[in-house]
Amino acid sequence: MMLCKLSLKNIKKSIKDYAIYFFTLILGISIFYVFNALDSQTVMMDVSSSTQDLIDLMMTVLSSVSVFVSFILGFLIIYASKFLMKRRNKEFGIYLTLGMSKRKISLILFFETLFIGIISLLVGLGLGVLLSQAMSLVVANMFEANLTKFAFVFSSSACIKTIIYFSIMYFLVMIFNTVSVSKCKLIDLLNGAKKSEKIKLKNPYLCIIIFIISCIVLGKAYHMVTVEFLTLQEVTDVLKPIIMGVVSTFFIFWSLSGLILRIVQSLKKYYYKGLNSFTLRQFSSKINTTVFGVTIICLMLFVTICLLSACLTMKNSMNANIKKYVPADAIFTQNMNMDKYYDDYRRYGYNDSQIKNSHYTAKEMFELFNFDITSYFKDYIEVNTYATENLTLNHTLGSKLDSIRTQFPFLAYDSKEPIMKISDYNKVAKFYGIAEYSLSDSEYMVIANFKSMASVRDIALKNGEAINLFGHTLKPKYDSCKEGFLEMSSNPINSGIILVPDNVVDEDYLIYNHLIGNYKITNNDAIMEIENNINNLTKNPKASEYLLPSGSTKLAIKEATVGLSAMVTFIGLYLGVIFLISSAAILGLKELSESSDNKERFKMLRKIGTDEKMINKALFRQIAIFFMLPLTLALIHSIFGIMFAVKILEVFGTDELLPSIIATAIFIVIIYGGYFLITYYCSKSIIKERY
Amino acid sequence: MENILKVDKIEKYYGSRSSLTKAIDNLSFEVEKGEFVAIMGASGSGKTTLLNCISTIDKVTAGHIFVGGFDITKLKGNELNKFRREELGFIFQDFNLLDTLTAYENIALALSIQNVSPSSIEQKIKEVASELDIKDVLSKYPYQMSGGQKQRVASARAIVTNPKLILADEPTGALDSKSSKMLLEKFNYLDELGATILMVTHDAFTASYARRVIFIKDGKIFKEIRKGECSRKEFFDKIIDVVTLLGGDLNDAL
Repeated sequence: MMLCKLSLKNIKKSIKDYAIYFFTLILGISIFYVFNALDSQTVMMDVSSSTQDLIDLMMTVLSSVSVFVSFILGFLIIYASKFLMKRRNKEFGIYLTLGMSKRKISLILFFETLFIGIISLLVGLGLGVLLSQAMSLVVANMFEANLTKFAFVFSSSACIKTIIYFSIMYFLVMIFNTVSVSKCKLIDLLNGAKKSEKIKLKNPYLCIIIFIISCIVLGKAYHMVTVEFLTLQEVTDVLKPIIMGVVSTFFIFWSLSGLILRIVQSLKKYYYKGLNSFTLRQFSSKINTTVFGVTIICLMLFVTICLLSACLTMKNSMNANIKKYVPADAIFTQNMNMDKYYDDYRRYGYNDSQIKNSHYTAKEMFELFNFDITSYFKDYIEVNTYATENLTLNHTLGSKLDSIRTQFPFLAYDSKEPIMKISDYNKVAKFYGIAEYSLSDSEYMVIANFKSMASVRDIALKNGEAINLFGHTLKPKYDSCKEGFLEMSSNPINSGIILVPDNVVDEDYLIYNHLIGNYKITNNDAIMEIENNINNLTKNPKASEYLLPSGSTKLAIKEATVGLSAMVTFIGLYLGVIFLISSAAILGLKELSESSDNKERFKMLRKIGTDEKMINKALFRQIAIFFMLPLTLALIHSIFGIMFAVKILEVFGTDELLPSIIATAIFIVIIYGGYFLITYYCSKSIIKERY
Repeated sequence: MENILKVDKIEKYYGSRSSLTKAIDNLSFEVEKGEFVAIMGASGSGKTTLLNCISTIDKVTAGHIFVGGFDITKLKGNELNKFRREELGFIFQDFNLLDTLTAYENIALALSIQNVSPSSIEQKIKEVASELDIKDVLSKYPYQMSGGQKQRVASARAIVTNPKLILADEPTGALDSKSSKMLLEKFNYLDELGATILMVTHDAFTASYARRVIFIKDGKIFKEIRKGECSRKEFFDKIIDVVTLLGGDLNDAL
């Protein structure tokens, strides 16, 4: 019981110094709960079954992310308790001299961890439950579901999961504490408190050499992920620059910790001004002992920045893409004249009658199934696509083919190019509300919005490659692809449609008929009913004889995208918040755990008559530099990291990059900056305690 | 002679009304410019409280303290810091050197917080280092120095700003006898150069280097003796006589 009391008193005593640690624990627990309880939010919402599937998928992904998160938080807790233990060496020394056994000291620590665990779990879960109410609004907004009524949600499964995960972490801390107590020696404990911090100065030349080497390695890694992006084919190729980056980050901090002091020391005018020498020494002694920690923090910040900007970009782009690339309610595409390529279609798995009965337009085919699709439409258009084996990518690229083939060996050069009449396309464009074009009799043009494919085509177009089509020779009107698309999709994936003058086209080569329309009704449930009816047509016995048109509708695309975008956003936010609070907490904790030493030092400064203002300024700078250092390198990393991410995310479109970066910056400023200010004010209040 | 320090009927009480402790009880004395004064007393006699009051680290309950004719009990906030920074030099029992800074930087700090230009800092430190014989240790850190060296560095920090008054709180308390002797000889040397030193100690040997010794008991002045023309050895004996008279606690000073 005595030990119990002692533990409680210790917690009470240290709660002020380590407020930031408890705060982070509680925050970590509540965030863990909130993200694991996301699915319970949807219970009260009215979502379709396909959305429910997506939510289930999202929860699966989030729970594996949770395992990763628990590793991060576990690392934070063990790292924190490691140097919290160090601060208490003297206390343990006193216990030992008083004759307390090591077993009992371990027991004290056990109780402490137990109490901290229970308190933090209780408070954290409470906060988590509250936060998760606010989260329900976000979730509803994300899935565009109607919050019919407000209901208090509590997820017992998430609660139990949180308790289990954190209990394991605390249990590990207990083991860790016991081991470190059993290893320590009394003499070290007592002397450890004595300030005899040795200042090891690293060899400056070695530092310079290592610094330069690290910079070169880092530069090479940057180069690999940006300029040499296309050579990165496999996962292992990406691993190399990552390892190079991690190692060089460590050595940059290692060498900088030795160099910064030397450099500033040589600037005598600056160094011997006010408390600059003191501030800098404080900083350098801290960085010397935390090179490893700072590296980890820098990398976590880097990942946070990239992850958040990439995820937000993806989410925003996806939402923007739907607006942009899904302008109509539905498009149905009917394969026509399939018998022309009978063998090909047989190989694709179509049956004989389906191929032979392929001389109906989409509208006619629906009518054949006794389904009057156009009666549901407010307005609609019908257009055709043509193709011929005499116009493949090989032909369009013309004389540039060989040089392009060596650069991009994996393109489908033999695939037939889709061809549209300019008047047909303009009908579509008008319907979609996008740019219309005009062509003279001897011109053609290409519309595309898939950037990497468009850039390949641009090479040929720039060269003015002419094409031969049905006995006509056509010259390109423009020297690059123009924006445009026919099929609706959540991403810009039109890799190219050839637009030609109407009189050029041979009707025999018609391969697709498209029916594009907007529904009369706007109610989602009613639209879903129509689309379900269309899907059910495949159950009609006629479906084995006649190939139904394939459709893509705004509603279906939206549902698929919303799930993905929600998943991406939640993962980004989840990891981002956890990384940020963990790294900021480690920095803050490191600073505050040294406050007792600092208190002595600042007391000395006051004794020799330093102004309060000067002291505050020195403290502020000291903490600011400590917080800024990992962030600065992380920002530099991020520039290249985001460039890399942009290339990967190209399919989704990256127009929304800037707002995402701004949002990320705001997010980081609030959380990281908040931790910085809390640390500053806490240290200020600690060093302020007068004599 | 000009009065550097005038302590005028000061009192310092600790505790609440129910259990009042008079650490200093109506105490007055003066220190003239260029004097080297030691204040002796047993533990709990109030000597450290007195020093804290003079150094404005603590506030008096009643009475006034004048430094250079200026009433320092009326100072507040940053005025206190300014006063300490510009008029006083401190030497502490536990050196109070910043462990993260080299000796040179420790001394420089006293100047740089007064916004002395970096170019003149070097000159001043060179001078004071040769006076105190610490040129060799300037680039060392506190943990690399002996106690005597540390205390001389602390002394250098105290005098480099040319303060009106140097306050030393048990400067030899943490030193061995050889280092003590060396430090005190340096104090004598500084005194000859014109520094005014007020030193608090409970060690008779240390006190014997001063030119005047004030004995304090229970917060009051018990006795005051001057060295006059006698040698240090004779002065030491005189001090011992008073210590014997004081009896009890101070015996440990022998």
